[in-house]
Amino acid sequence: MLLKTYNKIYDTDIGYSFFNSKLAVISSTIFFIILFCSVFAGIVAPYNPFDPASVSLMDAFTPPVWSEGGSFSFILGTDQQGRDMFSTMIYGSRISLIVGFASIIFAMILGVFLGITAGYIGGRYEIIVMRLTDVQLTIPSILMALLVDGIARAIISQSMHDEMAIYVLIFAIGISEWPQFARVSRASTLVEKNKEYVSASRIIGLSNILIMFKHILPNILRPILVIATIGLALAIITESTLSFLGVGVPPTTPSLGTLIRFGNNFLFSGEWWITFFPAIFLIVLALSINLLGDWMRDALNPKLKKR
Amino acid sequence: MSFLEVKNLNISYPTRKETIVASKNVEFFLERGEILGIVGESGSGKSTIANAIINLIDPPGEITDGSIKIDNIELRSNEEIIQNIRGKKIGFVFQDPQTSLNPLFKIKDQLIETIQAHLNLSYQDSLKKSIKLLKEVGIENAEKRIEDYPHQFSGGMRQRVVIALAISCEPDLIIADEPTTALDVSIQYQILELLKDLTKKRNLGVIIITHDMGVIAETTDKVIVMRYGHIVEQGETKELLTNPKSTEARSLVISVPPTNKKIDRFKLISPDGKEITSSSKNLTKNIIKTWGIRENKNQKLLKLEEVTKVFDDNSLGSGFSFISNKSSNDKIVKAVDNVSFELFEGETLGLVGESGSGKSTIAKIITGLISPNKGDLKYNNEPLYNSNKKYQIHNSRGQIQMIFQDPYSSLNPRFKVKDIIAEPIKFFQKNISNNELLQNVYDLIDIVGMTRQSLDRYPHEFSGGQRQRISIARALATRPRLLICDEPTSALDVSIQAQILNLLKDIQDELHLTMLFISHDLPVIRQMCNRIIVLKNGAVCETKNTEELFNNPEHEYTKELIRLMPKIESII
Repeated sequence: MLLKTYNKIYDTDIGYSFFNSKLAVISSTIFFIILFCSVFAGIVAPYNPFDPASVSLMDAFTPPVWSEGGSFSFILGTDQQGRDMFSTMIYGSRISLIVGFASIIFAMILGVFLGITAGYIGGRYEIIVMRLTDVQLTIPSILMALLVDGIARAIISQSMHDEMAIYVLIFAIGISEWPQFARVSRASTLVEKNKEYVSASRIIGLSNILIMFKHILPNILRPILVIATIGLALAIITESTLSFLGVGVPPTTPSLGTLIRFGNNFLFSGEWWITFFPAIFLIVLALSINLLGDWMRDALNPKLKKR
Repeated sequence: MSFLEVKNLNISYPTRKETIVASKNVEFFLERGEILGIVGESGSGKSTIANAIINLIDPPGEITDGSIKIDNIELRSNEEIIQNIRGKKIGFVFQDPQTSLNPLFKIKDQLIETIQAHLNLSYQDSLKKSIKLLKEVGIENAEKRIEDYPHQFSGGMRQRVVIALAISCEPDLIIADEPTTALDVSIQYQILELLKDLTKKRNLGVIIITHDMGVIAETTDKVIVMRYGHIVEQGETKELLTNPKSTEARSLVISVPPTNKKIDRFKLISPDGKEITSSSKNLTKNIIKTWGIRENKNQKLLKLEEVTKVFDDNSLGSGFSFISNKSSNDKIVKAVDNVSFELFEGETLGLVGESGSGKSTIAKIITGLISPNKGDLKYNNEPLYNSNKKYQIHNSRGQIQMIFQDPYSSLNPRFKVKDIIAEPIKFFQKNISNNELLQNVYDLIDIVGMTRQSLDRYPHEFSGGQRQRISIARALATRPRLLICDEPTSALDVSIQAQILNLLKDIQDELHLTMLFISHDLPVIRQMCNRIIVLKNGAVCETKNTEELFNNPEHEYTKELIRLMPKIESII
């Protein structure tokens, strides 16, 4: 049964390209292991670092198992509060991935909607949307996110802010990523709208909304998927940067960036593992997503197809 | 010993799933001063042979066996010899003059570069030779035009430059791969005359690859008919066209629309060599039941009055309309210029003209894809455009449908055939039951001669002809009265063209449709239409009944078109 599905996937062009690219297989394996661990963090992680009852300050600053003074109960050591590094990283990656996925989906919906409508309707509307993307692209995403975060802090009370922090982060990252989607989907829409199947739909009398989102959208999904994948890595890195700067998620529910920030304080006092392991984890995660995106870009591009 | 000898040539393309044999045991000879035609349907391997001769086969394709000799020199797979011979002994003319010249170089530079690469000439001598060549291929004012860039030449002129390039190093053999397919009739005639002329004057061997039997009849001495990589028949052109022996050659010859008479239906030949006369008569019963019985009362269905469409810079870059000023009159193109005509129920009206004559623009105006600048359109006495130039689709109620030229882009690649056909039905009958919908889709797919199994597949699984059938089914789904066919067969092979044209005639007869048939192909227009409008540069030249137009053309332009069209009968 499993073999049959494998053969079926292998038979398609995209499946063949996937299984013949070592890079794609390795990077997707790593990515899906991380994804699996963070989704099922409660089962995979040996401790729950967010539960104060399971944390003891007595265990603080335990080094990794292979160092002197390390113990098998904390394989990668513990941080300053006695939380198990391995468990904290898994729970942290969960937050990083949630923010990454949510902000990319937000950016995708906004960008694709504006891009398709701009490309299809044209005229003044197109000019306004495209100039808006130009303006947006001149603002660095970190700056944009800091700006949004600052405004949010000003209008939301401190206690509310910790709860709202993750949504503010998603909005801030999403708003700085949408121009990519708008540009790509507008360009693809301009190509598709001159094809005869769109003319045929117009002659039948279908509404513009139906033509844009039922006929054109499925045909421009490929390039959107590629930039969404590469954008996901970028969003995770942006989230970590913000958390590192202290404007991201609150310290009680640390993401990978927050962990790196904590560890940074202890880097010169010898407790290197608190910042080292989250940083490596982040690099591996971002790299595997980027490599997957690279492969996807080549595999979905008919011009690069090997005959 | 012949000038060019191809013996036992085998070429295959190994792919992941299977090895495609593009050429199997191909053998032919060519003498100097002779024109050899290679015909066959798309995918029959005609271009592969041409590429094999100049050793330009794309990997992973390879010549697995055989020999190619020019003047007894073996060419096969010897890079050193082929480098010297390609361009020097063999000239190549590609199909599309738009892309076969480098747009960044002057004509001068491209010619001189080629000449100096192969002949030992100084720059001045090469320049002189280039000018002479351009004069030889009929470019006027060659001394000046040699300084121009490719985009400053028209399509026909560009193809002349390509031919000049091909003969620049005194080759002995010219291979022309569909040299006139992208060109208009009158220019096609000039290019073919030029090739014939050069063959005699320079004593060249010429291979012309084409799918157009008219071109074969008018230019070639010998012809090869190919199918699936095999040569199915070869011989003297006249002998082969008048008395084809193999099924494939017979099928090719019989499906060519005759230029000198009108026939009712094209005869088709099945693979086992029998003639078939297909009819969809009994298949339309169900459709007629759901549509209700229609009658054509010979009334006026569509009326165009003084319709004009102007394309200027503003409509091209509409976004910057508030920047540009209206003073630049020189860039205005009148795509449709004061065109008026009437279309009566049940007739087929042909619109014929060369590229840029405004045929497709008229179709787009009638279907509401673009709006006219001026003029009145009435469908069934209801205006199609209101005073704000907005299309009034409810006045035609989806009764105007269109079949497009390119079967590869006219179907949404992400939709199953079932959904492609069902969508317009659902759009016009919002509360149709699922059973009824399915029955309607079955009726439509039956009538265009496809199997019901094809409904669950995607468009890319079908050939061009099959896709065009699906296109027709989709157009019929809205129960149209007026069907606009915009070059429906120009992307298809001639035998498939015959099938599609037969199908269109059948459904028109059965369903009492009115048709507006747009084509640049006069023989096809002659077979399909009752009346013909000849267009030139957006304006009407002449409107006449078909037989009258072909027997007594009045307008000079019509006369020229009819005189210059390649005629398969010219040889018989």
